[in-house]
Amino acid sequence: MSAAADTTTAPGAAGESDFLQVNNLRMYFPVTEGILIQRKVAEVKAVDGISFTMHKGETLGLVGESGCGKTTTGRCILQLEKITSGEILYDGQNVAKLNKSALSEYRQKVQVIFQDPFSSLNPRMKIGEILAEPMRVHGIIPDARKRDERVMELLNICGLSTRFADRYPHEMSGGQRQRVGIARALSVNPEFIVCDEAVSALDVSIQAQVINLLEDLRDEFGLTYLFISHDLSVVRHICHRVAVMYLGNMVELATCDELFDNPIHPYTRALLDAVPIPDPTVESAREHKIVTGEIPSPMNPPPGCVFHPRCELAVDSCKQAVPEFREVKPNHWVACTEV
Amino acid sequence: MTELLKIQGLKTQFFTSAGTVKAVDGVTYDVEEGETVAVVGESGCGKSVTALSIMRLVAEPAGRVVDGNILFQGNDLLQLSEEEMRKIRGNNIAMVFQEPMTSLNPVLSIGLQLTETVQMHLGVDDAAARARAVELLGLVGMSDAERRLDQYPHHLSGGMRQRVMIAIALSCEPKLIIADEPTTALDVTIQAQILELMKNLTRDLGVAMIIITHNLGVVARYADRVNVMYAGKIIESGTAEDIYHNPKHPYTLALLKSVPRLDQPRGAKLDPVEGQPPDLARLDEGCSFRPRCRYATDACAASFPPTELIDGIHYSACFHKDKLDSPMKEAS
Ligand SMILES: Nc1ncnc2c1ncn2[C@@H]1O[C@H](COP(=O)(O)OP(=O)(O)OP(=O)(O)O)[C@@H](O)[C@H]1O
Ligand SMILES: Nc1ncnc2c1ncn2[C@@H]1O[C@H](COP(=O)(O)OP(=O)(O)O)[C@@H](O)[C@H]1O
Ligand code: SF4
Ligand code: SF4
Ligand SMILES: [Mg+2]
Ligand SMILES: [Mg+2]
Repeated sequence: MSAAADTTTAPGAAGESDFLQVNNLRMYFPVTEGILIQRKVAEVKAVDGISFTMHKGETLGLVGESGCGKTTTGRCILQLEKITSGEILYDGQNVAKLNKSALSEYRQKVQVIFQDPFSSLNPRMKIGEILAEPMRVHGIIPDARKRDERVMELLNICGLSTRFADRYPHEMSGGQRQRVGIARALSVNPEFIVCDEAVSALDVSIQAQVINLLEDLRDEFGLTYLFISHDLSVVRHICHRVAVMYLGNMVELATCDELFDNPIHPYTRALLDAVPIPDPTVESAREHKIVTGEIPSPMNPPPGCVFHPRCELAVDSCKQAVPEFREVKPNHWVACTEV
Repeated sequence: MTELLKIQGLKTQFFTSAGTVKAVDGVTYDVEEGETVAVVGESGCGKSVTALSIMRLVAEPAGRVVDGNILFQGNDLLQLSEEEMRKIRGNNIAMVFQEPMTSLNPVLSIGLQLTETVQMHLGVDDAAARARAVELLGLVGMSDAERRLDQYPHHLSGGMRQRVMIAIALSCEPKLIIADEPTTALDVTIQAQILELMKNLTRDLGVAMIIITHNLGVVARYADRVNVMYAGKIIESGTAEDIYHNPKHPYTLALLKSVPRLDQPRGAKLDPVEGQPPDLARLDEGCSFRPRCRYATDACAASFPPTELIDGIHYSACFHKDKLDSPMKEAS
């Protein structure tokens, strides 16, 4: 059991009404064995009791190591997984309990931009069709001609020439395809977008263009982003608050400035140490404390604090007691007993 | 140090219905034994095709190396028979690809893919190959190595798949590893570990590495020498210090200014390189960076700027390389 279960108020920004509220979310995947008869032999604790809130217009960064549960958290919010326990409230409504029409509306309001712009676009559809399809499905613009006009508008908003409407995904560059992914998410007038490594696969110069685009769209349409990324420099640039995850747990949550200026959790510190800075002089002067040890398997996470096998500060009690996720300073939450 | 790899005037082209794609257009660089050389540049600029050309894996007849030499320990790889080249790939040069999901076979277990290469290289029995596979997975930091052998690529997260790829590359104990965006999709501690792992290997085993990346931080931390590539050509090269502190090409300068940095104040809008990289089937005789360049003049349209020595091993191909300010000066 994670200590987050004990927190009655989920960590969020003070004084803001909660737009998204995630309470003690758990997502366990069964591990099965056997060919004809599948037996459950273990569980992957992909997300193991995390809580946070977001307010409208906010960009929350979700960072952490590969397999720590970032994508799974995003998928749970998108209602792409049947969650094991906990609840997700969107605008006060439990999203697991939406009826058919409310769910369809939710699927329109909450969109996703994936990491891989290529595999997320249907290779047989022209860009214009890719952008028109969600509008048709959600009945947003029933008139085909008006839909086409909106497609042109979306291409413009995302900095793509309208000529691209007649092209196929394979005829475009990675940056252009990522813009199509963004345009497709925008096509249904969403309020909330899960950006899952949305700029990670892009080259630096194109990445800067797409980051600027995401920022402009946020300002223009009041969008709320859950910004999942492993690139801390990008997260620091675009996010208002940042949550750090490790092995299915949330270990630190603070405003962006606070998290980067005063990281508290040993894992967050290790993470920041690992970010290479594009300057060889700065790099050669830095001490590279690379966090050692293997990432434990989420099938068999360590007892107590999940970070203890790799933690420099670990004491004996860390091996048994799960550290409480507590507010060590106003709006700065940390799950560690030794700081 | 001894020279391990010497690429001279390499040209690789693809013959498509849209015309001839000049993917690699006169690339020259060296790699010394145990050295880490970075190739940075935007997608589509020819980094991977250069790497594939070295490995002789360019898909013919659509594409072909049309000019140049690739000397590996003094022998031109382009002159070897397919059989001799297969030996080079099995024993001397290994490649770690950009997309671990597409380069791992989705229907074969991790164990099978790893033991297959171990057996090919060492010619040992199943049990010994399995033991070596477990050892290799441990070396690349995978937990539950025994159990992992029976898993399939889709069971693993992106980072774990890339570790498997590196384990496979290491299994042949190579002299040179060509790593094509090996950590692009990974988070930082894993990236740091994997690069540190590769760095230690280069040092301890004397393995040289060509690292292809768009991450300027990775380059700054790990590379001895840097080649900046644009539209099929190396437009600037030098030590990491040369490139970062004294860039002499507008593209390098623009790249450095477009990345957010952890050690600089937050909030400023990023300054991207506007526009798109050019279509490599439609290059003219002028400088290919011209449409995106803030320093371009009429002279830049007339011919491609020659590569000229700045000092030491620092080279740049720009007519106006003396007019550039340093990135620090421009920022203030
Ligand atoms: N359908 C599934 N069945 C079994 N295990 C799964 C499934 N989906 C995810 N997992 C496991 O859950 C854990 C968390 O996965 P998730 O994809 O959320 O990680 P992540 O942090 O986004 O990783 P990455 O950065 O590599 O994409 C991993 O150990 C993963 O292997
Ligand atoms: N099989 C192919 N057929 C036609 N063009 C190709 C092929 N493979 C690569 N190219 C082209 O060669 C250029 C360089 O590609 P590549 O080396 O893959 O770029 P990167 O720098 O991203 O690795 C691009 O313009 C690409 O479109
Ligand atoms: S609780 Fe203990 S093991 Fe966990 S992060 Fe804190 S000091 Fe380290
Ligand atoms: S040669 Fe001209 S166009 Fe090319 S990089 Fe230099 S200034 Fe710019
Ligand atoms: Mg993920
Ligand atoms: Mg490539």
